[in-house]
Amino acid sequence: MAAPKIIVVGGGLAGLAAVIKIAEAGGNVDLFSIVPVKRSHSVCAQGGINAAKNLKGEGDTTDKHFDDTIYGGDFLANQTPVKAMCEAAPGIIDLLDRMGVPFNRTPEGLLDFRRFGGTLYHRTAFAGATTGQQLLYALDEQVRRYESEGKVQKYEGWEFLSAVIDTAGVARGICAMDLRTMEVRTFAADAIIMATGGIGAIFGKSTNSVVCTGSAQSALYQQGVYYANGEFIQVHPTSIPGEDKLRLMSESARGEGGRVWVPRTLGDKRPAKSIPEGDRWYFLEEWYPKYGNLVPRDVATRAIHKVVYEHGLGIDGQPMVYLDLTHIDRETLNRKLEGILEIYEKFVGDDPREVPMKIFPGMHYTMGGLWVDFNQMTNIPGIFAAGEAEYQYHGANRLGANSLVSCIYGGFQSGPNALAYAKSLPAQQGDGGHAAELTRQKGLNQLLLSNQGTENPFKLWRELGDTMSKNVTVVRINKNIETTEAKIEELLERYKKVNLSDRSQWANTSFAFARQLYNMLELSKVVAIGARLRDESRGAHFKPDFPERNDEQFLKTTKASFVNGAPKIEYEDVDTSLIKPRPRKY
Amino acid sequence: MAEKTIQLEVKRQASPNAEAVWEKFELEWRPGMNVTSALMEIAANPVDASGKETTPVTYDSNCLEEICGSCAMVINGKARMACSALIDQLEQPIRVQPLTKFPVVRDLAVDRSVLFENLKAVKAWVPVDGTYDLGSGPRVFPQQQEASYPLSNCISCTICMEVCPQFNEATGFVGAATIAQTKLFNAHPTGKVYKEDRLRALAGDGGVQECGFAQNCVEACPKQLPLTEAISDVSRDVLIQKAKDFLRA
Ligand SMILES: Cc1cc2nc3c(=O)[nH]c(=O)nc-3n(C[C@H](O)[C@H](O)[C@H](O)COP(=O)(O)OP(=O)(O)OC[C@H]3O[C@@H](n4cnc5c(N)ncnc54)[C@H](O)[C@@H]3O)c2cc1C
Ligand code: SF4
Ligand code: FES
Repeated sequence: MAAPKIIVVGGGLAGLAAVIKIAEAGGNVDLFSIVPVKRSHSVCAQGGINAAKNLKGEGDTTDKHFDDTIYGGDFLANQTPVKAMCEAAPGIIDLLDRMGVPFNRTPEGLLDFRRFGGTLYHRTAFAGATTGQQLLYALDEQVRRYESEGKVQKYEGWEFLSAVIDTAGVARGICAMDLRTMEVRTFAADAIIMATGGIGAIFGKSTNSVVCTGSAQSALYQQGVYYANGEFIQVHPTSIPGEDKLRLMSESARGEGGRVWVPRTLGDKRPAKSIPEGDRWYFLEEWYPKYGNLVPRDVATRAIHKVVYEHGLGIDGQPMVYLDLTHIDRETLNRKLEGILEIYEKFVGDDPREVPMKIFPGMHYTMGGLWVDFNQMTNIPGIFAAGEAEYQYHGANRLGANSLVSCIYGGFQSGPNALAYAKSLPAQQGDGGHAAELTRQKGLNQLLLSNQGTENPFKLWRELGDTMSKNVTVVRINKNIETTEAKIEELLERYKKVNLSDRSQWANTSFAFARQLYNMLELSKVVAIGARLRDESRGAHFKPDFPERNDEQFLKTTKASFVNGAPKIEYEDVDTSLIKPRPRKY
Repeated sequence: MAEKTIQLEVKRQASPNAEAVWEKFELEWRPGMNVTSALMEIAANPVDASGKETTPVTYDSNCLEEICGSCAMVINGKARMACSALIDQLEQPIRVQPLTKFPVVRDLAVDRSVLFENLKAVKAWVPVDGTYDLGSGPRVFPQQQEASYPLSNCISCTICMEVCPQFNEATGFVGAATIAQTKLFNAHPTGKVYKEDRLRALAGDGGVQECGFAQNCVEACPKQLPLTEAISDVSRDVLIQKAKDFLRA
């Protein structure tokens, strides 16, 4: 028998980690990505990657990392896989180090660690302020090595449209579109791994990259894969408001001593630096003396919201607060945070070493995602998922620097598991469903190209982003969510009248975008309805009308399936076999 | 128009062999705009300055924070990243065109895969034994990390190649980025096992010798890589390698 063929969709950290494991074990991989993999969203990660290496003599252990992760996620994550991830994390750091990631070092030449939110330990390894970029490059280089050995075939500039599923309900490949020639074709595989990242674009502006639309996850959900915990969306407390996107100001700014404050009196017109200590309100330090500025993200986000909207103390009455680093000397700042400070300087025009930064919360991370079992396989046999695209490791809220480790760990698990699955896969009947799927996708394209109407897909998208950001992020009120649901239905109606100003069949980006938009709309419904039905507050999900966590009713994973064109929500018990849920109080 | 507007001119080309034409746009000004947000604006309202309907502009972008390397183009005559090109800092009309040294795919999108091929040629990776747990990596002192890190910041934008007078079909020059990566991997405690291979790959035509020391690369690099230093270091190593190979032969 020929070596099994695995398709990996997505070349961020999760996808590349999967590819490396498969190639190493002798499998054949086809790697698909919209952008050249080296340009994947993972490069945006700034702050670092967690592992309890305990190199600072603090007595940190993988068990404590496990406990922090579960507690930080408000007990919604299944505990068995999270424990395994935390145990594997130190080995992953060592491997990345061996691959040449230029991690910051101690004078003795050992790995340096910093503190991040939601923990009391120095547990975060980092490479300057561009950790994600450095990690992605390390994996990209290993994949390039396998590519040059002929073990990996890259399809960059191809977009996944759907899975090919046979009559027995087993995955047999994918259908994809070449974004230059617009050719649509199917590719055979014994198993596929989805590593397509987060869904920031359904919120319009976010800290995510342009291709993080969730379109692939939505397509699979519409084909029968469960989408889990969709309502859990992390809003990062400190982003830089911008015209085209919300640029992140990494948590490491606070990890290195950054302090969040507002002037105590509204309309204080003095330049920030000249405002004396006594006239500043360091509200995080006051409200959370133990963790101070390093409370978990959801807590910090809601605190900033409260100061701005309830106390009315945003800077100049605008939705913004100060994040201040100016008390730290330039040299230290440059050594530890140069990359992120440059971002601020470049995109805002002020020097954050001299002037406190102005920041506000922005949509940042997708805790929910494709439902997977402990082997990273979805409910459709042969479809695996890893990275931000799946739901498994972060529960109701992700801790800073835990995503990179979950992406690599999930990729490392999914690769060998997919290979093992593929080895025992019975041969397909007939063509495995390839012809039918190809016909269906070509039909969808044809429909879109021949549409007559007046709607511009980019405008519809902005309206979607506005309503999602307004009603389904930091503070959730059922009545408002219903407004958003109605709006999505309206947008779906108007989508039928999308008129492509460009009908050419060469590198037609608006055509590709219009296809993604439909999937975004369907996925938005999952997020909104999941949020409406969960009448409690847990982690990132906060409802003022239901301010308490309700374990009896909602210590459960939300699972959405696509039934008659709408999400059907059901709930599944969470694995709490190792740590008994306790109240989450920072 | 009463409101403040932006004058933007975009060089458009429908396909690799189509003729290029300049199209003019007038957009509403908003604070904090950059060239990518202006292109997004056109997508949402694809109408040129004369009110004629047109198509959204094709261009590459992803991160929008100058870290993915996608959006390199020539803006007002200068090769730079569109997502960090703030409108308020540009003279108008703003003229945007694709990089000139790479095949145009469509409009502002070009094919830059040559850089990834070059990286293969110099084995730009650390050959680890495997991904299983082999314990911690080699000790690296902070001084060495501080030397490697800047080289590792290269975002493969190809701007250093675009601005280099020697980067053309006649020379087949690999360009500064590949040479900088060679220096990076040659300095790594494990990566250096391929040092000789890498230097030999850069020894012939199209290798380091093609550099004419115009120093355009180091000025244009958006990530401030120490490119001229890398080129002279690698050139020296290539010469030593050539001498060694000559003596061995
Ligand atoms: C600004 C920012 C900073 C962050 N900082 C940190 C940090 O310090 N520490 C931390 O742990 N986490 C951080 N995160 C989170 C972390 O970066 C991401 O969760 C992680 O990189 C996701 O990796 P991934 O491999 O799942 O997906 P991605 O890196 O998003 O990759 C997705 C891949 O899928 C491809 N793709 C998508 N759709 C399709 C399709 N339809 N067809 C084909 N290909 C497709 C894309 O081309 C891409 O290759 C940060 C996130 C942001 C936004
Ligand atoms: S060296 Fe600089 S200019 Fe050249 S590709 Fe890298 S980042 Fe771009
Ligand atoms: S979009 Fe990533 S560098 Fe500009």
